[in-house]
This record gives sequence, C-alpha cells and structure tokens, in this order.
Amino acid sequence: MSSEAERLAAGKDGVAVSQEPDTTSVAKTKTLVEVQGLNAWYGPQQILSGVSMQFSSNRVTAIIGPSGCGKSTLVRCINRLHELVPNAKLTGSILLDGADIYGPQVDPVDVRRRIGMVFQKPNPFPNMSIRDNVVAGLKLAGVRDKKKLDEVAKSALQKAFLWDEVKDKLSNSGASISGGQQQRLCIARALAVEPEVLLMDEPCSALDPTATAKIEDLVITLKRNYTVIIVTHNMQQASRVADYTAFMYLGKLIEYDETASMFETPKEALTERYITGKFG
Amino acid sequence: MNARRKLVDRFWIAFTLVALVLALAPLASIIYYVTVKGLAALNISFFTHNFSQVGTEGGIANALQGTFLVVLLASAIGVPTGVLSGVYVAEYGSKRYGEIVRFLADVLVGIPSIVTGILIYSTLVLSLPAPFRGYTAFAGGVALGFMEIPIVSNTTSEALRTVPNSLREASAALGVRKWRATLVIMANALSGVTTGILLATARIAGETAPLLLTALGSTRGFQGWFQAMETMTLFIFQNATSGTPFLVEQAWGASFILLITVLGINIIVRIVTRRRTTFV
Amino acid sequence: MAVGSLKRRGRSIVDAGFRDLSFAFAAFIVFLILLYIIEIGYHSLPSIRAYGLSYVIGSEWNPPREIFEVLPEILGTLASSIIALVIGVPISLGVAVFLAEISPRGPRVVIGPVVELLAAVPSIVFGFWALLVLVPQVIRPVEHALSASLGFIPLFHGAASGYDLFSAGVILAIMIIPYVAAVSRDAMQAVPRSQLEAAYALGGTKSEVIQMSVFGYARSGIIAGIFLGFGRAIGETMAVTLVIGNSLEFKASLFAPAQTLASLIANDYSETIGVVQVSAIIEAGLVLLALSLLSNLGARLILRRFVKRGAQLL
Repeated sequence: MSSEAERLAAGKDGVAVSQEPDTTSVAKTKTLVEVQGLNAWYGPQQILSGVSMQFSSNRVTAIIGPSGCGKSTLVRCINRLHELVPNAKLTGSILLDGADIYGPQVDPVDVRRRIGMVFQKPNPFPNMSIRDNVVAGLKLAGVRDKKKLDEVAKSALQKAFLWDEVKDKLSNSGASISGGQQQRLCIARALAVEPEVLLMDEPCSALDPTATAKIEDLVITLKRNYTVIIVTHNMQQASRVADYTAFMYLGKLIEYDETASMFETPKEALTERYITGKFG
Repeated sequence: MNARRKLVDRFWIAFTLVALVLALAPLASIIYYVTVKGLAALNISFFTHNFSQVGTEGGIANALQGTFLVVLLASAIGVPTGVLSGVYVAEYGSKRYGEIVRFLADVLVGIPSIVTGILIYSTLVLSLPAPFRGYTAFAGGVALGFMEIPIVSNTTSEALRTVPNSLREASAALGVRKWRATLVIMANALSGVTTGILLATARIAGETAPLLLTALGSTRGFQGWFQAMETMTLFIFQNATSGTPFLVEQAWGASFILLITVLGINIIVRIVTRRRTTFV
Repeated sequence: MAVGSLKRRGRSIVDAGFRDLSFAFAAFIVFLILLYIIEIGYHSLPSIRAYGLSYVIGSEWNPPREIFEVLPEILGTLASSIIALVIGVPISLGVAVFLAEISPRGPRVVIGPVVELLAAVPSIVFGFWALLVLVPQVIRPVEHALSASLGFIPLFHGAASGYDLFSAGVILAIMIIPYVAAVSRDAMQAVPRSQLEAAYALGGTKSEVIQMSVFGYARSGIIAGIFLGFGRAIGETMAVTLVIGNSLEFKASLFAPAQTLASLIANDYSETIGVVQVSAIIEAGLVLLALSLLSNLGARLILRRFVKRGAQLL
C-alpha cells in the first residue's frame, strides 16, 4: 500500500481537541490556509482581485457576499478546481500549512485530497451504491481492504449524521435518497479521505429548511477535526455556524472579522449596507 | 499521490492518443493510395470507354452513367417517401405511432444492405413478369431507394424536431392551417432536411452489395431500365478482383472519382452546416 | 370573413390530405419491415422445406451436389464481428475519451469530424484498399510474426496468408470505429460537469476521474454504441468478401480463411440455378436478416435494463 493509503487506513492523527461542547470549542488554532494576493480570471473576465486572507484551523469561516462577488471562485482556487476550466487563469499564492499549493512541484491531485469540497447541488455518483460513494476517494488512493473500507464508511456516515438513516440500505444507489440525505452523503464522501480542510460551496442552497438545519448542526461539529470554509449567501446561516466571516464584493475582500463583531459592528460601509439588506 | 498512479494516468492518456492515431491512419492511407494510384489511371479514354475486361480499353463511362441513373431512381423513390414519413413522425404522429415508426426506421437502417439486395432479388429480379424480370437497372434503383427511405425519414424527423415548439404553438394560436404551418416548419428546418437527403444520397451512391443482386453490372451503356447496368461501385469490385494490373489500376481510378465525390459531399455538408453527427 | 368559412372541426381538406398522405408514407415503413420478413421468408421456403434444420446446423455448402448448409458462414459472421469488437471497441473508446475529455477545444473541432468522415468512405473502397494495401503491407507481416512466434497456439494456426478471418476482423474494426466512437463520445459529453468535479475534488487523476465518473455515467450510451458497431459488422459485405479468403470451412483459427453469410451471398448468388438452389441463397439472406434483427432487439432489451435514471441516446 502506498504511504498515503497507509495513513488513511490508520486513521487521522488530528489536532488535539477539548471535550467541551462544540460552540465553545477552544481547540488550539493557527493559520492553516493563507491566501496571498489572489487574482483569478475566466478568460478575459477577472473574477478575483488581490484577495488576501487567512483561515484558522479548527474553525468555521464563512464567506458571504452578493451573487457574482467571486466567493465560489475563491474556494475553487483553494482546492485547485478553478484551473480545470478551459481558459481559467490565476496568479498569487495559497499556502496550506505554510506551503504554496500552486508551487511548481506540487501535485494538484494531492492538494485536492487534503482540501475536500462539497458542492452546491448534491452530486453523489448515481451508478454507485451509498457505501461505494462514501469510500470512492479511498479507493482512488489505493485502499483495498474491504473491512477497512466498511469501517471508514460507517464512521464517515456517522460524522455526517447520516448513518442511522441509511445503515440498512448501504447498497442502494447513491441517488436513491432525498436531496438533504444526498448532500450529507457528499459530506461523508468528502470526510472519508480525512482532508485537513473542508470547503463547502453554498451546501444548503438546494435544500429545504429541515435539511438545511441538519447540515448546519453538522458543520458546527465538524470543526472539532476539520477546518471548514463555507460559502453562503445566507447571512443568518453565517451567524449560526461560523466563527469568522469574510465579506466579499466584486472580486475583492471587503471585510474579515469574527462573525459576531462583523454583524453587530461592521467596519466598512459596504459591509453594513449588505448586512442590512440594502443590496444583495 | 504516489508515482504509480501518476504513471498509470500518463499511460491511459497516451493510450487515447495511440487510439486516435490508429483510427485516423486508415483514413489517411486510403486517401493517399486512392489519390496517388487513382490519378495515374485518369485519362480521356478512362472517361469515354465502357467497362471492359478485355485488353486495355476499359473506362468508367457506363459506370458513371449507371451510378447516376440508379441513384436518380433511388432518390425519386426514397426522398419523397422518406421526407413525408419523417414529417409524419415529427408533426402528426400520435406519440405512440410516431415512436413505433421511428423505431422501425431505426431497425430498417440497421438491416445489412445485402439483405436489401436479397429482398429486391427475390421480389423483382426473380418474380416480375417477363420483360421486367432479371437483373435490371430498375431493380437496382428500387433496392437503393428502399435503403434510402428509412435514412431520410430519420434525418427529416430529426431536423424537424430541432425546430422549436414555439413556432408550432404560435401557428396554432394564429389559426393557421396545420399543413401550412408544417410547410413553414419545414422551411425552417430546410437545411437539416436537405443535408439529410444529400448525405443519404452520398451513402447509397457508395453501395455495392445490393447492386450485385439487382443491377449486376454490364459492359454496355444504358440499354433501358429493364436491362442490367454497370455502376461505379460494381466497376471497382469487378476490376479489383481481376488480377490484371491494368484493370486494377482502373479500379483505383474509379475509387478516386467515387471517393472524392462522396467525401466531398460529406465535407461540404459539414462545413456549410454545424451538423453534429452525420451518420445516415 | 364570412361565418361560413369556419370549417367543420377546424380541419380543411388539404389538412386532412396532407396528414393522410404523410401517414401513408410513414405506414410504408411498417409495410417495408413486413415486406422484408414475408418476402424473404416466402422465397426461402423451398430451401427450408428441402433442408430444414440441417441448413443452419450442417457445415457443407456444395451447390453441385445440392448440399446447402451455412453453419460455417454463421460462425464466420459472428467470429469476424466479435474480432472487430475486440479490436475496434478499445480504439473507439480511446478516441471517444480523447475527444470528450482530453482534447483541447481547437483540435477537437477538426479531429471529431475527421473521425466521423471515416464512416462516409464507401465499403468497396475500404475493401479494395484492404485487399491491396492493408493486408499485404500490414496484416501479413503481423500474421507471419505471430505465426512464427506463437504458432503453436491453435488460434494462430493456418496459412497466415493475410486473406483470412483476422483480416476480416481488422477491416471491420476499422469500419465500426466511427460509429462506436461517435455514440460513445456523445454519451461521455452528456456526463454532467458536477459529476466530474465531484471526482476531481476527491483527489482523482484525470484517468481515474474518467474511469469513475465518465464510464460509470455513460455506460448505457457506450453499450448502445457497441451494439451499433456489432450490427454494422455482421452485415458488412464488400470489404469482408475481398479479404476473408472465401473458404467454405470454418476453422477456429484467426489465420485460416473463412466466409460470412454476406460474403457467401456475394460470391455465390449468380452460380446457383434451379429454384431450390436460388432459394438456398435467399435463405442465407433470411438468416442474416434474423441475426441483424436479433442484434437490434438484444441491444434495446439490454439498454432498457441499464437505463436507470434517464440516460438518453437511441
């Protein structure tokens, strides 16, 4: 087995966490992801201009802003998905634990394994069973041991609050469950490869309020072991789940602060106008 | 990611390139040989003499005549029937009936051309009353016509289907008679319908097998519809297997003329329209 | 406009006429299918009555002695078509993957149509080229090499002259590539981008993503393409006739000459005289028709089982 597969099979050696309830987690934190001077284009159109920000480990950071402000593009740059689009361009650097993920020797496949993503519209693999969906990433990395795969599948589904609902139908198609369940399946699938960072691109926008609530609860528990960056157009959601919030507008970072501070006392006029609903 | 996965990835990508070369090489080779060897055979007598297996005097005069006439008859049968059938499927058919006809047309298209030859052989060549019996140009035209009908039917109904429904709805709302509306819709789809006809014509012009059993071939010019007739395709077949260098060269010449005509039609149709898959 | 111009039920005579006319022509298609089955069936009757089951079970085709049995030809048809799939499908899928997933946009616009142009080449030109170029220059050397090194394997027994089952399989493979590739490519391009992104986001290489998402999702379309190629292969006449060696005996070896139903008809149709003999040739056509219809039917049945969530195509 490759060393990477071994590492996955043995289970993650996570950052030490306290046993306290999630919302007051005081796990040690540091800057895990740092974006430096990021510019991004689709063809001739510039989407991001000089974005610089830091994301703290074991915290949830929300990125908010009106449509077209570049928040989705930003997260797609973080897991190097942006470059897969023809005519996409990017300058600047993004450091993961101090190392630039766009460095010349860096393998994008590796980056994407360490930085996972959940998409706006749930996208489970319809031709695979629920269990196979969850372990799809592991199989790619070379893990073959059926027992290990089943264990990881169970633990990932539990982390995603989905285990109880699907434990009797693990061999059903990944597309056979409801939208909210599919999204939690996608979260489980992303978690199964033990990423360091989990990117979530408006994960609840295609879901009903009940499903949304479940996922928000889930996100709060995730920061125990993962660093979460969540894009959302829903400010209430940001205030519910995020420790930090970044506000973007027209491709620039306008303001970044602890969530409570930003919503109570925004420093920028633009932020204040967005938060109070004057545009959006 | 380990080196093995990288290697495997490179291998598969290389594989697709090799596959591409393997797929295109025959086309390149055919065009090359047919052109080089075919041009050598072209001279005045090639175009003015009839097919002859004796001496060095043969030519494609009667073959050209035959192909033209047989295709003409085939089109007279195949085009009106095919177009109107396609119109019915697209515009009038109850969904069920239209689907059945489309399904059967697909089945018909898949029937081997030699079986069509067998059909006309048994129905016309063997069974017609005295002056019309036997290997005839007429039988050849009917065979190719029968081949053309389902092809044109499918291309026509496909072309009509691409016309947006809003046009039909607008016509209905304006109280325009259905048949007038259909003509308008056909005018809209004219390029699609026409290219379908052109491609079908090119396709049947290149057929040999059904003609073996119907037109048979001949060393004489057109003697009337109820006599055997030579065509370009039969000419190539008969000369290819003759073993005589001069006749083989003639076969190359005929192949050249046939190929540039057929490929020419296909290429022009492609360039003039944005037609996606040009199979007929 | 006078009230009297309101037609009954809003239909005019021309309307009804147009509709009925096109209905008639559409019905012609139904009629045509029936014609094939009935006419060919009817004219096969003398042979069916004379030879019965032995026609498809026996192995001797001997017109002078009035023995007509086509099992070798049935085997030849199936064998050459399967060889065509074995060789042609991997190549077709490689081409399809290249066009759908790997090629940059510019080259794709040119290469795609060029691949499809292969389908426009008349089959007699294919056969002629194969006879004089492909077989002597490419296939025969390959056969000699294989025969010399692996000749002890029964599959590689035989004269290795180049005019044999293998060559027929190869030329058929070449001819079906544009069909299988185009249909597969369409199926692959229909895979939603979100599926691909999901696989990439898990840390898959390009080929892994293609294997996992593209092939999984496009499976039914690809299978449809393969059946299309198979159907095309079993019916091909001219190219096969020129290179298959035209032997009336079926040997289970790639390098032995063989015969297909189509090439049998092409070779023998003018040699037969007498009602029963002519009928025997027509019956060969009937068998080929049956194979073609079965293949078509089989394709649709298998596809229906595979169509789980609205996969389009055919």
